[in-house]
Amino acid sequence: MSKKITLGPVGYMPQSAPMMGVELSPEGKALLYGNIVEEDEAMRDAAKALLTMKNPTIFPGPMVLWDWKEDVADKSSAILDLASEIPGCKIIPMPDYRPKYPKIDVKAEINPNHPNLTILDNRIKACVFIGVHCHYANLSLRMIRAGTDCYTIAMCAEMGHEEAMASIRDVHASDIQRFKDIVIEVRNELGIEHTTTMPPENPSLPKEDWGALTPSDYGEYRSLIMSKKGEHVTAVE
Amino acid sequence: MSLNKKLVDMNYLLKEAPREKHFITGAQAMAEAVKRASVDMAIAYPITPQSEVMHLVGDIYAQGHIKEYYRAEEELGTMSAIAGAARAGVRLFTATSGPGLLRGLEAIVSWPGHRVPCVLGVLTRVINAPLSIQPDNIEMAYLMHSGIVMLHAENQQDTFDMTLAAFAITEKVDVYIPVSVSTEGFFVTHAKGYVEMMDEELAFNEPDPYKAPVPAMDNEVPPARIQRDAPVQKSNFMSYLIHSVWQQEIWDSNQRAMKYIYEYLGGPIEVQNPGADVMIVASGCAAAQAREAHRYAQEEGLSVGFVKVRAIRPWPKAEIREALATTKTVIVPEHNIIGWLCKEVKAAIPNSGIVTEGPRVYGGMTLPVELIMTEIYDALGMKSEVLQA
Repeated sequence: MSKKITLGPVGYMPQSAPMMGVELSPEGKALLYGNIVEEDEAMRDAAKALLTMKNPTIFPGPMVLWDWKEDVADKSSAILDLASEIPGCKIIPMPDYRPKYPKIDVKAEINPNHPNLTILDNRIKACVFIGVHCHYANLSLRMIRAGTDCYTIAMCAEMGHEEAMASIRDVHASDIQRFKDIVIEVRNELGIEHTTTMPPENPSLPKEDWGALTPSDYGEYRSLIMSKKGEHVTAVE
Repeated sequence: MSLNKKLVDMNYLLKEAPREKHFITGAQAMAEAVKRASVDMAIAYPITPQSEVMHLVGDIYAQGHIKEYYRAEEELGTMSAIAGAARAGVRLFTATSGPGLLRGLEAIVSWPGHRVPCVLGVLTRVINAPLSIQPDNIEMAYLMHSGIVMLHAENQQDTFDMTLAAFAITEKVDVYIPVSVSTEGFFVTHAKGYVEMMDEELAFNEPDPYKAPVPAMDNEVPPARIQRDAPVQKSNFMSYLIHSVWQQEIWDSNQRAMKYIYEYLGGPIEVQNPGADVMIVASGCAAAQAREAHRYAQEEGLSVGFVKVRAIRPWPKAEIREALATTKTVIVPEHNIIGWLCKEVKAAIPNSGIVTEGPRVYGGMTLPVELIMTEIYDALGMKSEVLQA
């Protein structure tokens, strides 16, 4: 297979994948290095990358970090299952899309405005984007391909991402579980021994104490808190 | 709030729903499309008298075909309000013309970067001094580098179909940038033509604001609390890179619209008599005149073909190049002085020397078919009668 999309760093200001002629895969197919392939083929290559490259990391985005609609909890649970089957896998969230000012904590999170900082500092050589809104995923994946040597995997609830080395589209919880099964299969083929282990706690995040929250903890979002603490609002506009 | 219509997908609406023939103006055709698009909100600063589209859209709001209608202070206010309303995930329509378009341009060119899905009607009119309200499509040149998808309607039927299709294209997750539907003021907006339309009780499926490449702003649902903030001003350190890949993403999104232009409109160009010695390439109202010149040429047995360009952005470079691969002369009639379509055609082919500059009319002048025929006769080395003004 000729690779249209390759591991970076591909340059200072590289052409975008769509402008290089890469098109999103149709339903039921995936993208691997910019080529349309069967989903299993893309998943196997992605699994091999996660199992053989250093510091594999999953970057969950806001769409899987909050339990905001019916299928999200299942999906998030499947992501934890997937992480537990990849030796040494970390989870570093992309909780929002605003630039971290004045400086991002690269151990704690990744941000679409400068995703390469988290990738480079943690020496991540293979990663999974999941639950990130497509616009921000595209920006991140492009910057990572430009400036790092990280293998990128996009597990997208919509149509996928041209910039990723492996892109799986229309992802539901069952697809994540299927990917986890493929990871185990490839791991056994490679003779890698592993005991199912949950990823480590994010070291930079303080323990959350919801009981002690005050409106000031919400920072600029405090104006969005409509009710007082303990108040139960039954009527809404 | 529902409009109590039978909701259907765009493919059914455009390709399968039974239609009846009506004799209406281009402005009416655009408003009739809006009527069938489940529009949540139309925001207007009606620019009289070039286009009565937003007047008519106001009427159909009163008739209950649109949920909200808001008259802004002026065009910059209109276009800014469109951007604001889009944050809430609603389906939007507005239309403007000439000077109004330029007044709103600062907001319009920010729409793609803000990932604003909406449909913009552009009913073209002179923008230059001296003041004129006559048709001239030079304003489209200003939109061509904005990142928005641009369709150009030849006639009333195109105006109807393209406007409807635009609502589907703009909301695709992999596109999600505005789509403009342009047509010539007066020549199309005020003239009547036959338009085949489906029943007005049918309407396009309502939008799903969560099916988007950016968060919808819904303060009740956690992920949406993330503001769709333009981030680049806040970090000098990385601002250049994020801005550059962001710009790339807009043009990638523009390019991704092409497959939907094929799906809903049959492709970005229409080709008649491919391989002819002379090809006429035209868009919008000029395409109607070019089509007529092509018919004259066929009757005279001349080797003349015709390319109608439906999509100005994304620009169908490969399709144009293929359509003109073997021709000896290309004629590009236009309704503007700068020849923006001519420049695009020249840039698309390797042998740009075969492209004739014009004929062009502007300032509201009509484009007689004879003007195009003169160029055809010249290209074929035949004597022609010069049109006397």
